[in-house]
Amino acid sequence: MYDKLWLIPFFPLLGCIINGLLGKRFIKNEKVIGAIGTGAVFLSFLVSCKYFIQLLGDTVKSHENIVASWISVGNLQVDWGFLLDPLSALMLMVVCGVGSLIHLYSIGYMHGEEGFYRYFSYLNLFVFSMLMLVLGNNALVMFVGWEGVGLCSYLLIGYYIEKQSAGDAAKKAFVMNRVGDFGFLLGLFIIFWTLGSKHGVWTINFVEISENAHLMSGDMMLGAGVTTVATLCFFLGATGKSAQLPLYTWLPDAMEGPTPVSALIHAATMVTAGVYMIGRMNVLFAMSPTTMFVVAMVGALTAIFAATIGFAQNDIKRVLAYSTVSQLGFMFIAMGVGAFTAGIFHLMTHAFFKACLFLGSGSVIHAMHHALHHAHLDDDAQDMRNMGGLRKKMPVTWATFGISCLAISGLPFFSGFFSKDEILWWAFASTRGSMLVWGIAVIAAFMTAFYMFRCLYMTFYGEQRTNPKAKDHIHESPWLITLPLVVLAFLATVGGLIGIPHVLGNLLGHIPNKLEHFLAPVFEHSQNLHQIEAHGSAATEFGLMGFSVVVALAGIALATIMYIRNPELPGRFTAKFSQLHRAVFNKWYVDEAYDALFVNSTKNLGIFCWKGFDVKVVDGIVNGVAKLVGALAATLRHTQTGLFQNYALTMVLGTVVMVAIFILN
Amino acid sequence: MISVYHYMSVAAILFAMGTYGVLTRRNAIVIFMCIELMLNSVNLTFIALSRHLQSMDGQIFVFFVMTVAAAEAAVGLALMITFYRNRESIDVDDMNLLKL
Repeated sequence: MYDKLWLIPFFPLLGCIINGLLGKRFIKNEKVIGAIGTGAVFLSFLVSCKYFIQLLGDTVKSHENIVASWISVGNLQVDWGFLLDPLSALMLMVVCGVGSLIHLYSIGYMHGEEGFYRYFSYLNLFVFSMLMLVLGNNALVMFVGWEGVGLCSYLLIGYYIEKQSAGDAAKKAFVMNRVGDFGFLLGLFIIFWTLGSKHGVWTINFVEISENAHLMSGDMMLGAGVTTVATLCFFLGATGKSAQLPLYTWLPDAMEGPTPVSALIHAATMVTAGVYMIGRMNVLFAMSPTTMFVVAMVGALTAIFAATIGFAQNDIKRVLAYSTVSQLGFMFIAMGVGAFTAGIFHLMTHAFFKACLFLGSGSVIHAMHHALHHAHLDDDAQDMRNMGGLRKKMPVTWATFGISCLAISGLPFFSGFFSKDEILWWAFASTRGSMLVWGIAVIAAFMTAFYMFRCLYMTFYGEQRTNPKAKDHIHESPWLITLPLVVLAFLATVGGLIGIPHVLGNLLGHIPNKLEHFLAPVFEHSQNLHQIEAHGSAATEFGLMGFSVVVALAGIALATIMYIRNPELPGRFTAKFSQLHRAVFNKWYVDEAYDALFVNSTKNLGIFCWKGFDVKVVDGIVNGVAKLVGALAATLRHTQTGLFQNYALTMVLGTVVMVAIFILN
Repeated sequence: MISVYHYMSVAAILFAMGTYGVLTRRNAIVIFMCIELMLNSVNLTFIALSRHLQSMDGQIFVFFVMTVAAAEAAVGLALMITFYRNRESIDVDDMNLLKL
């Protein structure tokens, strides 16, 4: 029944190989390359749909498909195995669905770029890796995907290979991800070793780990519970991949890559891998209230911290990048307070509206770039100060971008409303939640609404600040670009309806929370076991819901006042608080601090190893040996006089000596 | 009575003289003649011992040595003439073209 799961990651891999090997020399045609790339992901999407529907109708909710044995050493048995359960099925739909749309969009967006084949090959490789991450039935297969998406992220951030900044950003992303990966591996080793050596269960299979996790409840390590240490290690991995404090700085720089890449990898899928991983190991995380608290706090602090930086950025993609970091913070809040369903729900809705926002910004950048290019201007095509008033020029982009802004701000009945509200409710009412986390999250939600509408207003409203020469060349993008926008905007609008909270569902006439019901087999067990639940009266929940709507509206209103009614207000504000503005504009100098603390010391160590050790010691020994031989030879060559009679004399003397020895013996 | 020892002594003296000549003289022809002297002292040894041991082997060897010596003389003299034509000298100290 479920023995063809391997087909899902197989198609993108095939697409990657075909485009990668044949794209440059043999296929060449952009349309064919694009069709192969998009088709591969779309096929995966179809297979995913088939299994998703099959799973909906099935009573057993967890299915494994072992393809082959991979490692078999002593107690360690690792298979190339895939696991389909509600969690991975939902992720499959998001990855393949959004992935297909973004592939389609890329055909239009990347038209005429050099290395078109390379782009599609990498993008397919990314989807393959992401599907391995999602589908893996054990931690090592997940780790293959985990590293694979990191690699593809590196390749695609550095896609514009002739740009120094792109190369630097790619390296930064890769190195920071590696820091996190180290945590992931440590966590994995701890779990494997503890379960194996103390309880005789040698496994890295997720299902088996979950079933046997309770055995570790009494084990201690480094003065804390084993599960606490291990899950903190895993969480370090999640902070690297999902751009949380303190490892978030690579994500804003990752905007150097093409915009569809930012949409797919750095908004919708890869960066949510950390959230997914916590969901996958929710049994372990639920065992450690300490870790859960750390996760929630890190999420909350990231949410508010990134939001403040988003206030002062002028690059449209940077605003969205900080918004992504902030929204990922919301997902971690959800995971931390035990609202696993809400976290995954927000992951899904965020994938819709943030992908739509990124693709919308891509559409704007695409149009701006062409207009500026047409007018032979060097203005920055991503700077919102060069935009403004694009609403009339690009109606479809404006409409979809606006809808997504409403969704991310959490206006009622858009998808973001349901998911964000669920998170806020759990942060407030959950047994693992706290007022502190809730308070920070509400402030972050207010800020989100503000900076998203600031972005919307600066881009699409007000006067046109584009250079007059380029103004008339700005046009709406072609259908290949607008079609995915429309689909994603539609999903961003209605996507939340699968997770209507109970209080609202009851009010509207017994609409069930379909998502909670669907994901229950994955999360219910650990939530019941550790009494993780949100309790409170319906009135409280309605009150909070109303409050968060008011907060979102307040954010929007503030943005409207500052950027529509009184456009001179932001300038006066920054003049008044110039130091604060400069600090925010420079991202609180976090990059500079990291440079001073870690980067430079590492660099200096490298320079010492190079100039101190390698040049002086290693090269010194090698060159010293050569010089010694040279000096020896210079002395000894004096015996080679070139006078044959000297040689003859030596020969005679040698003969005499040998004969003498012969006789005397 | 002249015994085999006397022949051997003469041969040793001749060989030593030849060796001394090869090592000390500079003129290629003289060196060449000294080599011939050494060869002949060896021949003398062969003949003397052949008679002493009542065996023909030594005498047959001498024929070979003489043949080789004749060939060597032909090639050697040809070389020296060529060298003299090029350098107007047959001093071995001048044969240093291969020296660094």
